[in-house]
Amino acid sequence: MTATATIRENRAKRNLTIAKAMAEALAQEMRRDPSVLVMGEDIAALGGVFGNTRGLLEEFGPARIRDTPISETAFIGAAVGMAAVGMRPVVELMFVDFFGVCMDAIYNMAAKNCYFSGGQANVPMVLMTSVGGGYGDAGQHSQCLYGTFAHLPGMKVVVPSNAYDAKGLMLGAIRDNNPVIFMFHKALQGMGWLGTVQGSINDVPEDDYVVPFGQAAIARAGKDVTIVGLGATVHLALDAAQELIAAGIEAEVVDLRSLVPLDRATVCASVTKTGRLLVVDEDYMSYGVSGEIIASVVEAGTVLKSPPRRIAFPDIPIPFSPTLERPALPSAEKIVAAVTALLRGGR
Amino acid sequence: MYETMVKSRAFEERIATAYFEGKSPVFNMANGPIPGEMHLSNGQEPCAVGVCAHLDAADFVTATHRPHHIAIAKGVDLDAMAAEIFGKKTGLSGGRGGHMHLFDARVNFACSGIIAQGMGPAVGAATAFKLRDEKRVAVAFIGEGAANQGAFHESLNLAAVWQAPVVFVIEDNGWGISVAKAQSTAVAHNDNRAASYGMPGHRVTGNDPAAIFAAAGEAIARARAGGGPSLIEIETSRLAGHFIGDAEGYRPAGEKDALFARDPIPALRGKLLGEKMMSEADDLVLVKRAESAVEQAIARARAAPFPAAAEAFDHVFA
Repeated sequence: MTATATIRENRAKRNLTIAKAMAEALAQEMRRDPSVLVMGEDIAALGGVFGNTRGLLEEFGPARIRDTPISETAFIGAAVGMAAVGMRPVVELMFVDFFGVCMDAIYNMAAKNCYFSGGQANVPMVLMTSVGGGYGDAGQHSQCLYGTFAHLPGMKVVVPSNAYDAKGLMLGAIRDNNPVIFMFHKALQGMGWLGTVQGSINDVPEDDYVVPFGQAAIARAGKDVTIVGLGATVHLALDAAQELIAAGIEAEVVDLRSLVPLDRATVCASVTKTGRLLVVDEDYMSYGVSGEIIASVVEAGTVLKSPPRRIAFPDIPIPFSPTLERPALPSAEKIVAAVTALLRGGR
Repeated sequence: MYETMVKSRAFEERIATAYFEGKSPVFNMANGPIPGEMHLSNGQEPCAVGVCAHLDAADFVTATHRPHHIAIAKGVDLDAMAAEIFGKKTGLSGGRGGHMHLFDARVNFACSGIIAQGMGPAVGAATAFKLRDEKRVAVAFIGEGAANQGAFHESLNLAAVWQAPVVFVIEDNGWGISVAKAQSTAVAHNDNRAASYGMPGHRVTGNDPAAIFAAAGEAIARARAGGGPSLIEIETSRLAGHFIGDAEGYRPAGEKDALFARDPIPALRGKLLGEKMMSEADDLVLVKRAESAVEQAIARARAAPFPAAAEAFDHVFA
């Protein structure tokens, strides 16, 4: 099912950025459920560095839209305690790269309290965090770290590639009784200063709807090769697929949408159809999403016409200079080249 | 309070005995009915009872890796707690957490094996109570070593900024594993650090339950009345090593003897008898009652079935 398939007929289209779709989801759920609150750095008067809490302070006030000190260990820990006593906190870790200062609250408490308590202490919190580079912010503000979070059990991990999914995943995340890590890519937020991938802006219904976790989307159907992406790399894959048409190649693009749970079935079904697999990930290559997807397809016994390939960030800290960073990032050109090689059957 | 202290001590003594089963002649942590590390809290009972006497089940407590005395004082189910420590299916969490990760949602009790990290959740729970206009409070217990963690300073600041109804209780036993407080902490008394965050700080000396009860009562009443957070450092004593099996070579000669001479349980017994608040006969009844509850909990834990291997896959998610 494509994202747009569920949008109602007879309605004016309403194109939103991911940032606006996130803010709308938060507002709708805060109106519906008084136990929801949002906290983090610069999320109130500023409306979030990435725009995803704009307008909320005016409607809900500072008790439910809480600016925090620059103190992630304390306020993400506080979210765990709030969730333990019946609140549904949404907390922002401004850049995922900052997880090092507060990881205990995330992976030792939020992720493990349900298990360690035998299901007595659920932690219904959402951790929103920005990911991604490509704008010269260097290695402490540009990582994706999808694999890091998806690797640790007890947290759900979602990564929207467009505004429709962002709203539906956010509503689902707040209502989920588990900690959900909501990873949004800066290049898709619709913030002018970060550049904006136009494909991330799409029609978002005003309705209350949930995009279920663990259901990958076929962002584009094709028969010759499966390109698996998430977040920003979905758009690179779509651009590449468009270019490949000229060479007579029809690429199918799979948008994972959530890493935990992971929809291996949709990926395997697509690869069964096309016989070829390319995974495109902006996170580090080794021990990450790309390896997991390839392993899943191979373990399922999927018959491949040529060895699977992957494009990911090389195992280096993300450099500052554009001439160092940009060539290291995944790109449509790299995808076109990899697909072309795949169809030739070589490496 | 005295009876709870006696029960806690009896519990720890039985746990220590069971812990050593199967672990000799060669000590192997994985052997015996209780695997893993075991951190006993004997000597620190006054901190738990003096504070928790002011709390009810609705109040939220986070404890440390040394949690038994606090759990017992907070009213955690003794049978389920013992069973958890033995890794049994009938334990608080069916054997998934063990001794450092005891949770009892019925009485709002949680703990973590990571130093100082229970403080943030206590601030959060307290903030939720304030937001919802409930007269509940949160208490975070930590050791004195935790006062050098980032979470300590961040949580004090956040609690003060938000005027959360939370009390931070430092059990100062003088030792962070094997490192003395003087070698690890730049100030003699961590309650002084409260001033840095604009909150009242209080120090209780003598490991005296009555003094702890008084100080905690003031702090908890202030929090409940909307007066914001407080920090209390309690001078206490760790009668055991950091964990069972710790040879304690780092302790100065004679320190342990001095600590045992000031054991808070005989001290309180003497005081209660001396002040005629309890007779020898009362004491006997009370001790028997506490010991029998413990014996029963341990016996039930031993008799309980182990979880099946497949149960390891339950409760990863809600």
